[in-house]
Amino acid sequence: MILDWLLPTLIATLILLAGIGAIRRANLWRAGQAEKVDILAGLMAMPKRYLHDLHHVVERDKYMSRTHVATGGGFVLAMVLVVLVHLLEINSQILAWLLLAALVMMFCGAVFVFKRRLNPPSRLSKGPWMRLPKSLLTFSLTFFILTLPAAGILPDSFGLGEMGQILLGLVFGVLVLLSLGEMLFGMTWGGPMKHAFAGALHLAFHRRPERFGGGRSTGLKPADLGGDSHGVAKPEDFKWNQLLGFDACVQCGRCEAMCPAFAAGQPLNPKKLIQDMVVGLAGGTDEKYAGSAYPNVEVGKAVGSPTQVITEGLVSADTLWSCTTCRACVEECPMMIEHVDAIVDMRRFLTLEKGDTPNKGAEILENIIATDNPNGYAPGSRTHWAADQNLSVMKDVKKVDVLFWVSDGAFDMRSQRILRAFVKLLKAAKVDVAILGDEERDSGDVARRLGDDATFQSLAKRNLATLSQYEFNTIVTTDPHAFHCLRNEYQDFDEQGALQEVEVLHHTTFLNRLMEQGKLSVAEFMGGKVTYHDPCYLGRYNGEYESPRALLSGLGIEVAEMERSGYRSRCCGGGGGAPITDIPGERRIADMRMEEVVATGAELVAVGCQQCTAMLEGVVEPRPQVRDIAEIMADQLVEGAA
Amino acid sequence: MLLKPSSMPSDEAKYKALVCVSIGQHPQSGRERRADQDGRAVEMGLNLQGRQLVDLSVVHAGQATSPVLRQYAGMGLSCMTVLSQHQGDDALSAMLDYVKDQQADFLLMGTRSETGESSGLLPYLLAEKLGWPLVPRIAEIQSIEKGVAQILLALPRGQRRSVAVSLPFVATVDNAATAARQTAFGPGMRANIEVVESLSAIDQEASEWQFQPAKARSKRMKVVKAKSAADRFKAATAKAAGGGGKVMKNESVEEKANAIFDFLLEEKVIR
Ligand code: SF4
Ligand code: SF4
Repeated sequence: MILDWLLPTLIATLILLAGIGAIRRANLWRAGQAEKVDILAGLMAMPKRYLHDLHHVVERDKYMSRTHVATGGGFVLAMVLVVLVHLLEINSQILAWLLLAALVMMFCGAVFVFKRRLNPPSRLSKGPWMRLPKSLLTFSLTFFILTLPAAGILPDSFGLGEMGQILLGLVFGVLVLLSLGEMLFGMTWGGPMKHAFAGALHLAFHRRPERFGGGRSTGLKPADLGGDSHGVAKPEDFKWNQLLGFDACVQCGRCEAMCPAFAAGQPLNPKKLIQDMVVGLAGGTDEKYAGSAYPNVEVGKAVGSPTQVITEGLVSADTLWSCTTCRACVEECPMMIEHVDAIVDMRRFLTLEKGDTPNKGAEILENIIATDNPNGYAPGSRTHWAADQNLSVMKDVKKVDVLFWVSDGAFDMRSQRILRAFVKLLKAAKVDVAILGDEERDSGDVARRLGDDATFQSLAKRNLATLSQYEFNTIVTTDPHAFHCLRNEYQDFDEQGALQEVEVLHHTTFLNRLMEQGKLSVAEFMGGKVTYHDPCYLGRYNGEYESPRALLSGLGIEVAEMERSGYRSRCCGGGGGAPITDIPGERRIADMRMEEVVATGAELVAVGCQQCTAMLEGVVEPRPQVRDIAEIMADQLVEGAA
Repeated sequence: MLLKPSSMPSDEAKYKALVCVSIGQHPQSGRERRADQDGRAVEMGLNLQGRQLVDLSVVHAGQATSPVLRQYAGMGLSCMTVLSQHQGDDALSAMLDYVKDQQADFLLMGTRSETGESSGLLPYLLAEKLGWPLVPRIAEIQSIEKGVAQILLALPRGQRRSVAVSLPFVATVDNAATAARQTAFGPGMRANIEVVESLSAIDQEASEWQFQPAKARSKRMKVVKAKSAADRFKAATAKAAGGGGKVMKNESVEEKANAIFDFLLEEKVIR
């Protein structure tokens, strides 16, 4: 009968086409720059990364995770069995029954996919994605019926006459073509199923393999300085596995839902950005993009190709400068795509090659270069805040247990209050502590986020040279940005081993330890309802969610959590140099965050970052008080008790 | 139809501009940097070059190894010339030779240098030796046509005076001129720095000077009437007083305009 030859032919053709597509797609990625990847180990680790790490993220949406397991798992299983049963025509009822079971599983999953697509949330892309559940359903149903004879449930030729068979053959031929075409052909030629193919390889060849297995890898990679160009100008300047990563995007829009810049109406939407990168690597326009746009930017006008400068036609520079590098998108992305890396890579080109950092950017960078601090204060006045604090200075003592990294809050009146509060606590706990004094320089955080890796590297090297002269066991700082640089980004430049075997801690972690050791005693806080704002560079960047909360509960405070807190905390708007480049939106991120604070009914918001303090206090009154945890503790300190 | 004489360059409007830059000093840190006014002079030159009015060259008399030169180059210069000198050498004669040699049409410099002999004597000496007029404190060169430049001088309180100056001339660039563009690391690194050996002449006079940091003029203290630290802090960081603002987002344009109008009346900005 006609199906006897038609079915295997169709399957074989589509598999062949998929294979050709796969090679073409891989060639697109290969336009990128070389990057060392352990191919074999990656491929071996892939299944575990898929089942464990990826699912860990998908799990946050229970509905989707179950749906995906049923649909995706069902499909993979069914596809293997389809090859065995219908292509190789292995005559086994057991296999046929297994295939039926897999198809039922897939069908159930597909029904839920379908349901979700009936009234999809705005973050989901529409367009071809609306077709996908239908293709999934068609695939499972069609092959279910086609497998019935092999399972011995129906007679071989469906008990039809010749005409009936031809008709049946034609109808099913079309259905197979449509559904299996979507699954196989679309997978490598750019259909919605592309995410399965690229996604699997992306997991295998991820640029930050340390992220799998619950690890954290958040430090930016150093830029190579001194070549013909710096940073990423064109799609082909990305590493090949970054390009592969962009291709893995499922357009689920989770990143979009989390992005504070998008919510503030600034011209950034991480999902659209990644899709634009795909346009760039494959060439073409964004006409076919079917999701939400960058706020107030029309879709359809962006044009790109692998060899064309991205900011000249594909993505506007304002889009790149809107990002606060809060990492909310990265944390939320089920495909583990690295948006922040890509954004900073492109900023590097704008700053290092074009000298085009918007608004205050140029001035701040120039200040950092000339004075080692962003606001251009006299470097010799860095210790003025501590004139009355009687602190040891490293240059005098040479060796100390704890080095207090003061950071640029030293120049800021508001931040100085946080510093003083912390010093008060250190003294009460009799910590052997010293500061670098005027020898300290800006950590380089802002320069690096603004794309000026040259200045960052210079600062890092000089800071490390200073640190290497002294002996200490621990560095503690009240500034999560400096904390992140010292802990995660300085090691790339630490040739003298200045930070080897040194523990870098945020002050909340350190204070929590002191509390646990009974070195500090505090009176109960009676000041009403309190909420806590997680700083991005402490939480998402360094995984510290517990210590601040432990300290607050030690004060007898029961934190009234905000809707977005912990790993889903919303940025204060102060990271990534965003207040410097200051791209206009419809709202301010800090205002939105304060609204969330207000929604808890708290009278006080506790923070652990001077930048957050500045941003949140910048919200017009009336609003809840903003105070650093160190300040709250210092007020409740019971001196001489411990 | 008239034919151009063959000796004229095809883009006849192009003049040769020379910008002379020095090593600046940051007022707070005392560290070497791109001098502010010199940066503005380069910016002016680049703008004129962008308008196809001039061919720009930038020259520095001093040491070719100074990283500050890369900061100037990072503004988008593909090459720079350094008249190689030792510390303490007099820039005047080297510069004079170079300007003559280059057949420059005009010379741009900062009004005042940030280190060294200060007060900007060099432009005057150069102008005197060259026999060119000196146009002090300019804010903008608007046009150059038929050998005459239309220049805006910067006067106090933001005033400008327009003057026509015929080439060649020496001009010093005021703080009122467009600020220097951002310097970019990559192009700065790659720029070609051409070193010209120049006559070494020790600046006798300068070598006898003694330097000491300037004393800050004493300032009257601001009396803050606040009682607590928090009050003082508020006073120091105060925004415009008056707690009653209101956020208008969804109102019509007319309503918003009215609100602003009422506010201006209330504040007696308009009557
Ligand atoms: S890092 Fe934050 S601001 Fe930047 S794109 Fe991601 S979510 Fe948006
Ligand atoms: S980048 Fe990640 S989170 Fe964003 S749409 Fe793509 S897959 Fe989803």
